[in-house]
Amino acid sequence: MSDFGAALKAARPRAVAALRRFAGDLDAAEDAFQDAAVRALAAWREDGLPDNPTAWLITAGRNRLIDAARKAGREISGEPPEPVHEDLEPTALDDDLLRLVFTCCHPALVVEHQVALTLKVIAGLSSADVAQAFLVPVRTMEQRLARARKKLSDKGIPFAVPEAAELPNRLEAVLATVYLIFNQGYSARAGALVDSRTCEEAIWLARLLLRLFPGDTELMGLLALMLCHHARHETRLGPDGALVPLPRQDRSAWDGDLITEATALLRVALGRGRPGPYQTQAAIAALHCEAPNANATDWAQIAALYAILERQSPGPVVTINRAVALSEAGDTETALTVLEQLDVSSLTDYTPYLVAHSTLRHRQGDAAAADALLRRALDTSQHAAEREFLSRVLAERSPRTLI
Amino acid sequence: MEYVMLIYNAEERWNALSEAEEARIMAGHMAVIEKSQADGTFRAGNRLMDVAAATTVRNHDGKVTVTDGPFAETKEQLGGYYVFEADDLDTVTGYAALLPHGDVGCVEIRPVFPDPQ
Repeated sequence: MSDFGAALKAARPRAVAALRRFAGDLDAAEDAFQDAAVRALAAWREDGLPDNPTAWLITAGRNRLIDAARKAGREISGEPPEPVHEDLEPTALDDDLLRLVFTCCHPALVVEHQVALTLKVIAGLSSADVAQAFLVPVRTMEQRLARARKKLSDKGIPFAVPEAAELPNRLEAVLATVYLIFNQGYSARAGALVDSRTCEEAIWLARLLLRLFPGDTELMGLLALMLCHHARHETRLGPDGALVPLPRQDRSAWDGDLITEATALLRVALGRGRPGPYQTQAAIAALHCEAPNANATDWAQIAALYAILERQSPGPVVTINRAVALSEAGDTETALTVLEQLDVSSLTDYTPYLVAHSTLRHRQGDAAAADALLRRALDTSQHAAEREFLSRVLAERSPRTLI
Repeated sequence: MEYVMLIYNAEERWNALSEAEEARIMAGHMAVIEKSQADGTFRAGNRLMDVAAATTVRNHDGKVTVTDGPFAETKEQLGGYYVFEADDLDTVTGYAALLPHGDVGCVEIRPVFPDPQ
């Protein structure tokens, strides 16, 4: 990204938010920003980057909104049109950005609309890029965004920060949206470049939010969690596109700077004594990242953390992970007991359950059961890279009876 | 914007409520009315009779049929409504949050189609 491109990207959320308040309407605000961005690139090439690109873009966008209103012979519906300098103060801009975040992640919108709006409006991705991130045709994403915008105005979703009593719930929904974006990028599939870009957008969003909520420990936990995962992204797929499991990843290729940042952030969060599921997940991810090699992983600690996570946010995935951690820590018997306490009827088609169960049976020495479970896992897997990996495991386990 | 808040209750559960539980929900409705009147957003609000008192009328090309009962058998029935003139959705969801429905029902908030003028 050029310097100007980076400046535009950094300025965009606050500029669009300020213009949204001014215009009284999101579409008009985005159009005004787009117009201001085009002017900015031309002007900045001549005069160099201004001291405050955000203020420059807001002023240019605001002028364009005033012109458009004047041409249409109508009053502008939002705030008074005089450029007020207090509006360009950092705190005022952050207030507007908060309003924009809570608008895009409003619970009266379905999650897929929240995600699409957040990527388009706040992160500033093109419709084509959002479409690519979600593996849908551009036209589909354009329609989805248009429907989401229509819902904002039809329902009367306010450009406002929720009341104090509502704030924790609403912030939780914002974090869930950011994590969903990250996971969308993280789930293994073709086009690894797009993957990491979507992950980076989620990390970028979390950093942006952390400036607005510097004391929120779960937000710190979420950012630390994503940084730990992202630090390993280069090593998750082999040259042939197959998934490389954690123990076989090349740890020297993990991004040490991201891991250092994540662990420092997590330490601050945990020190504040307000635990939560993102912090616990980040602690687990950090233990993996900090182990010098796979054998040095502190599995007993990881199993204990999964037990905490089971209480904070119960679910079969957490229980499966706890069982695997217990087995890795040397207690396969307890691990199988934990796994067998799950409601198996709902998990017969669930690949991670089948893989975990197969691994534990294999360790226990029950090769026939282990292979049957792995074959079923292979049948249920939706990911090409995962299937490739599972069939390789199956081949490695089976004794060569034919030559 | 004008909003209608539709109150849906499972009548069976509503009728099975203890006096204290019913009083708690009714107190919630009083709180909605007081708050919205204080905000100046209250326009109307009414409790409806049970669906046993409902009459459904259909008109197909002038052929009018009148039948006893609601238009559809549903687990939860429309039991009342409010009309508010509020700035935004959050104001109305704030009113809805004053109603302690629990398992008895829920509310649906619908914006009124704006006057084309």
